[in-house]
Amino acid sequence: MPPVTEQAAGAIQTTLGTPTAPAIIFFLIIVAITLAITYWAAKRTKTTKEFYAAGRSVSAIQNGLALSGDYMSAASFLGIAGMVALKGYDGMIYAVGWLVGWPALMFLIAEPLRNLGKFTFADVVAFRLKQTPVRIASAIGGILTVLFYTIAQMVGSGSLVKLMFGLPYEIAEIIVGVIMLAYVLFGGMLATTWVQIIKAVMLLCGVTGMMLVVLAKFNFDPGSLYSAVATQYGQGALEPGGLITNPIDAVSLGLALMFGLLGLPHILQRFFTVPDAKAARISVLYATGFIGYFYIIIPIVGFGAAALIGRDVITNIDKGGNMAAPLLAEFLGGTPFLGFIAAVAFATILAVVAGLTLAAASSFSHDIYVHVIKKGNATEQEEMRASKIATLIFGVVAVGLGILFKGQNVAFMVGLAFAIACSANFPALILSIFWKKFTTAGAVWAILTGAFLAVGLIIISPTVWVDIFKNPKGSELFALKNPAIVSMTASFLVGYFVSLLTKDETAEQKFEDEKLRTYLGVGAE
Amino acid sequence: MQKDVHSLLESSEFKSLVAKRAKISILLTILLFLSYYGFVLLIGYNKPFLAQKLSEATATTLGIPLAISVILASWLLTVIYVVWANAIYDPEVKRLRAKLFGK
Repeated sequence: MPPVTEQAAGAIQTTLGTPTAPAIIFFLIIVAITLAITYWAAKRTKTTKEFYAAGRSVSAIQNGLALSGDYMSAASFLGIAGMVALKGYDGMIYAVGWLVGWPALMFLIAEPLRNLGKFTFADVVAFRLKQTPVRIASAIGGILTVLFYTIAQMVGSGSLVKLMFGLPYEIAEIIVGVIMLAYVLFGGMLATTWVQIIKAVMLLCGVTGMMLVVLAKFNFDPGSLYSAVATQYGQGALEPGGLITNPIDAVSLGLALMFGLLGLPHILQRFFTVPDAKAARISVLYATGFIGYFYIIIPIVGFGAAALIGRDVITNIDKGGNMAAPLLAEFLGGTPFLGFIAAVAFATILAVVAGLTLAAASSFSHDIYVHVIKKGNATEQEEMRASKIATLIFGVVAVGLGILFKGQNVAFMVGLAFAIACSANFPALILSIFWKKFTTAGAVWAILTGAFLAVGLIIISPTVWVDIFKNPKGSELFALKNPAIVSMTASFLVGYFVSLLTKDETAEQKFEDEKLRTYLGVGAE
Repeated sequence: MQKDVHSLLESSEFKSLVAKRAKISILLTILLFLSYYGFVLLIGYNKPFLAQKLSEATATTLGIPLAISVILASWLLTVIYVVWANAIYDPEVKRLRAKLFGK
């Protein structure tokens, strides 16, 4: 089957970039179904338990799908497929890193988190420490993480929608903002969970379908797919390339990906939607399975795009390679399949941004409003009202920032979000659960050190200093592209030493009793 | 109840439960580390190893099945944890809770 590169680059026949009937129809169907779900969820979302945690009614497999959905963002799907298409094996290396945090999540914190917390991860960090300072610090770490992640998603979504549907960037941002606010404001966690589940199923089915058709074109022999890629682009496409040049940088990135997951507020909040710790554990089993499967089959899609469509065509439409998968969908199944994949990518964006908004709103209303401003004395109605106002504000801010950052290279912000998560949120969380001598001051200093060091080091790293601020190559003040190995270590060290210097009797005494809840779930909410 | 709670927390059964969980969490995390960072460091220090072809007849490099194996291994480790938890941890938790409440 001759690759499409034989046509003049740029003369490729594609409906990408124009709103086609199938794309619009699928998109409208998805919006209709998800809004119907929101209506159903709204009737069941009256209390804070329902708004933040879906009334703890989510089963293990449902949560597994919702977690997968939250994690398999459009950036992940389109970005990694594109990376494999353009860079070959390096894309596979990158994909592996995205999965390995999930086992760590299960072994280290899934069950204690569910047992000790109520709605947010700050519940767990502040469990036996002084509420006000720890809640504020956790909120800073949490909201910074969510903010950068959200900007990256919003900017990515605007350009994606423009590329796929031809809509103006600003219109795309507003549509995303309005629809996802509808999910969260009216349906809370119940709606966002079910939107994620549906999207995860569609995404997994869609990518499975693409993989099967690609393999069919190569007689179901992956070897001949790889041979085709090697023939067209050289054996180098199947070998590790320039992604991992500095082993320390690679380990740092790996640390950020692995432990950053354990500090992402929008992922951690899903653990409060299941009935108990056992369900939390099983849901990670399912999530790891779905996500692992996803990252195993995505490279087939990427290699298929390279072999069947050609790198030139892909980069012509979008330099970053993000359109590799949609182009392949169109090649394999015409406009209807492209329409389906485009609509799924759009649903993906909506669902993830909704989850991020809920996480930010929860942090503000549950952690700051209830525990800091109201000192723990807020009624249900007051907390609900605060949640909805916070949601609205964050939604508007998200759209505003998306428009503000239009055209900027914000890919590094996802890396930044993970770096903050692993440097600020994760160390405090794990030390609080497992270390008797962890003190309030230790927690606050660990979080702030991790957060500001992560942000600061990334600003002076090649990613921002050279690529974004356009300083001369080699002038960066910090050599690593990913600061995790430094900022996370610093956070642990600070947490450790400050705790030893500031004894907290009450916290130490509570530690033994807390074990009753951590390990046996006695008193879990 | 306070006395029961205290004696439970002090009991060797509870302490051994906590210790067991710590051991398996740490063990599985170490295995996860070895598998993933082993893979990463292998790439960093020995690219030719991963670039070698599986056989003369194919273009497929060793790196490809290796990457897939790291993903599968990670998932298998979670299966091991769940099997352990279902078989050993949960029944013990149930027993200890019954002891605390069921009197």
